[in-house]
Amino acid sequence: MSMMELNARHIEAQELISRKRLTAYAVPAVILVYFTYIFFAFDIAGLASRAQPANAMTLASDMFSYKVHVTRSHRTGEIDYAVEGERKGRYPEGTRPDWVSGTGAFTVVELNRDHEVRLLPENAMEFDVPGHGMITARFDGSKVITNLGDMPPDWVNASRTRVAITTPGGRVTMTRSKTEIFRYFTGWELFFFTLDSPYHGQSLATILLGDRIDPARGNLEGAWQDFWSNPMWRHGDVVWAIGETILMAFLGTFGAAMVALPLAFLAAKRFAPVMAVRFAMRRVFDFVRGVDALIWTIVLSRAFGPGPMTGALAILVTDTGTFGKIFSEALENVDEKQIEGVSSTGAKPLQRYRFGVIPQVVPVLLSQVLYFLESNTRSATIIGAITGGGIGLLITQAIQTQKDWEEVAYYIVLIILMVIFMDWLSGVLRRRLIRGEGQ
Amino acid sequence: MPVVRPFPVARWGRQTGKRGVALMAEISAGHGPMNVDRVQAGYMEMVQRKRLYGGLTLLIFVVLMVSGFLVAEDRNAGGFRNGIDNIGDYPAAVFSEAWEKLYDLPGLMVKYIPALIETINIAAVSTLTGVLAGFLLAMLGTRGLAKWPRLIPLFRRITDVMRAVPEIVIALMLIFVLGGGPVPAVIAIAIHTGGAIGKLFSEVAENADLKPVEGLQSVGASWTQRILLGVVPQVAPNFLSYALLRFEINIRASAILGFVGAGGIGYELKNSMSWGPGRFDEAAAIFALLFATIILFDQVSSRYRNQLTEGQGQ
Repeated sequence: MSMMELNARHIEAQELISRKRLTAYAVPAVILVYFTYIFFAFDIAGLASRAQPANAMTLASDMFSYKVHVTRSHRTGEIDYAVEGERKGRYPEGTRPDWVSGTGAFTVVELNRDHEVRLLPENAMEFDVPGHGMITARFDGSKVITNLGDMPPDWVNASRTRVAITTPGGRVTMTRSKTEIFRYFTGWELFFFTLDSPYHGQSLATILLGDRIDPARGNLEGAWQDFWSNPMWRHGDVVWAIGETILMAFLGTFGAAMVALPLAFLAAKRFAPVMAVRFAMRRVFDFVRGVDALIWTIVLSRAFGPGPMTGALAILVTDTGTFGKIFSEALENVDEKQIEGVSSTGAKPLQRYRFGVIPQVVPVLLSQVLYFLESNTRSATIIGAITGGGIGLLITQAIQTQKDWEEVAYYIVLIILMVIFMDWLSGVLRRRLIRGEGQ
Repeated sequence: MPVVRPFPVARWGRQTGKRGVALMAEISAGHGPMNVDRVQAGYMEMVQRKRLYGGLTLLIFVVLMVSGFLVAEDRNAGGFRNGIDNIGDYPAAVFSEAWEKLYDLPGLMVKYIPALIETINIAAVSTLTGVLAGFLLAMLGTRGLAKWPRLIPLFRRITDVMRAVPEIVIALMLIFVLGGGPVPAVIAIAIHTGGAIGKLFSEVAENADLKPVEGLQSVGASWTQRILLGVVPQVAPNFLSYALLRFEINIRASAILGFVGAGGIGYELKNSMSWGPGRFDEAAAIFALLFATIILFDQVSSRYRNQLTEGQGQ
């Protein structure tokens, strides 16, 4: 190699290296510039003012805690006990939590951390806050009177008609119509049985082995009925909803595969000699894929109404495009030799496809379809939220109430389990159907 | 959102199985007609068993499909037959109205361009951050490459969970905390992207050649250097191709999240649809924009991806 050649190579190499160095610096720089633009375009700086940390606290604490409301009506003086203040979580007539004592006009409610509230006659109450002292409040028929004076502490919110006291031990509010005390507990309330079920508070051993609790029903049967139709958590409905979501994914994915397979033959060069047909078919696939699942869902839900059928069809239509494309590509790559072999035995065209082509492509296509089955389970959750069906609907409803966060947490856990289950199932089926075939 | 994954290559050679080998042995060992008969009987038995299994699988599948269809039909608000008859109504209404106001359409489309850009930005930011997070998770969760080999199962489970939570759930919760706008959507999509990319990247990185990594280690390179100089050059084309595919998917996802209140073109679509007849021209303009955007990014990314994977073989 002459000196000149060597020099030329040297320069070439240096250029290459400097070009690479430039890209190595340019790519992060471009990304940085883009993020700076996004910082202003998305108004990240203003996010702090828009964000509501209180909501985050509610969300986080509500997911794993619940409260029991003790409500005294100022008109009748009656005291009501209910989990989350909901009718379905009410303590049955004549029962009350064991942290409440005393009688009607003089009732003592113990809260957490040694806080204590005493409900006194004439719509008055005393709140014993350790470290602060006694707060008294009374509703005299037109306004709420407290002993806090003009400068109440910042954890008290007082006005003429309303006082709200928030302490680490619990929360008390007094309005014109009622006095309400909230005591907080960790956990998911009444997850198995509501308070009106005879099985509430019974241990598993008692239900399985003990005497009959409800004379009308066997223990196991009755416990199952009350659990399944638990009005607070609606286990039966939730299981149905998950079933609907999986059903959408199943019908949509396999329906799409069945529609796409014959169409894919029309789009593959090897099987559709007429170019116009091929071209048209491919554009159809592109169109169907381009009109996104969102638009298909909207259009279909107008025609079919809310429910799993709409979701299944939305998945079916969208995936027909995707499968059509994938299948036709797979069909173009089939090995000619097998088809030749089959046709040398005098096979007709249909038989050539059946024995020459299908066995070659089925494993590839099936594994694709099974991959999609798993990812479509997640899509079905999202589509369900838009069209109204399945677990997607339940979770969006629960989120939109902005208070049933424990149900949201429950649904999230179930969705994650569902997706992981479908992932596992599709993996097992793939291995069985593809690898294990013929053994 | 549909994820296109690489074809798993079925290993045909392995499928001959023991029975096939036994048959071959019988054929070569036997000479008389007795043996031929036996072989034939054995073959027929095998074929029949295979047909039986195939038939049973097919039967179960058909039963599942039919019963599934009936259940879905039963639990749907509108029936299948009825819906099929009405399927064209809504598109027809939108199209006819858009046709009447054809001259307004370009103006309307321009009006919604900022919303469209927001949707694309959401997708881009979430893809960038998600791919970065997924890359880290993949490197930490791949055997042979992980910094802390004992924590591999932990990082894998994190990836699984990130992948399993649908974007819409995180987005709706964040909207409650952060208020509407693009940020909840970005975070939601980025989390899902991180999970999905983490799994894909880890599958690719498992097949990477470990020799460069060992070489770098022997000269005292740190973990970051080993990954950046030993692994990344091997897998970059595949990673880039997946990242592009993810960007495509994320554009669709960000449009959908807009529909539930996270800003962008999806939000505008929902608003324009709630106005009902008379304002369908706005919906038509958005449909057209969304369609064009998806097709455009689809084409560009698939062309670029083809280039990337073609360059690999050379």
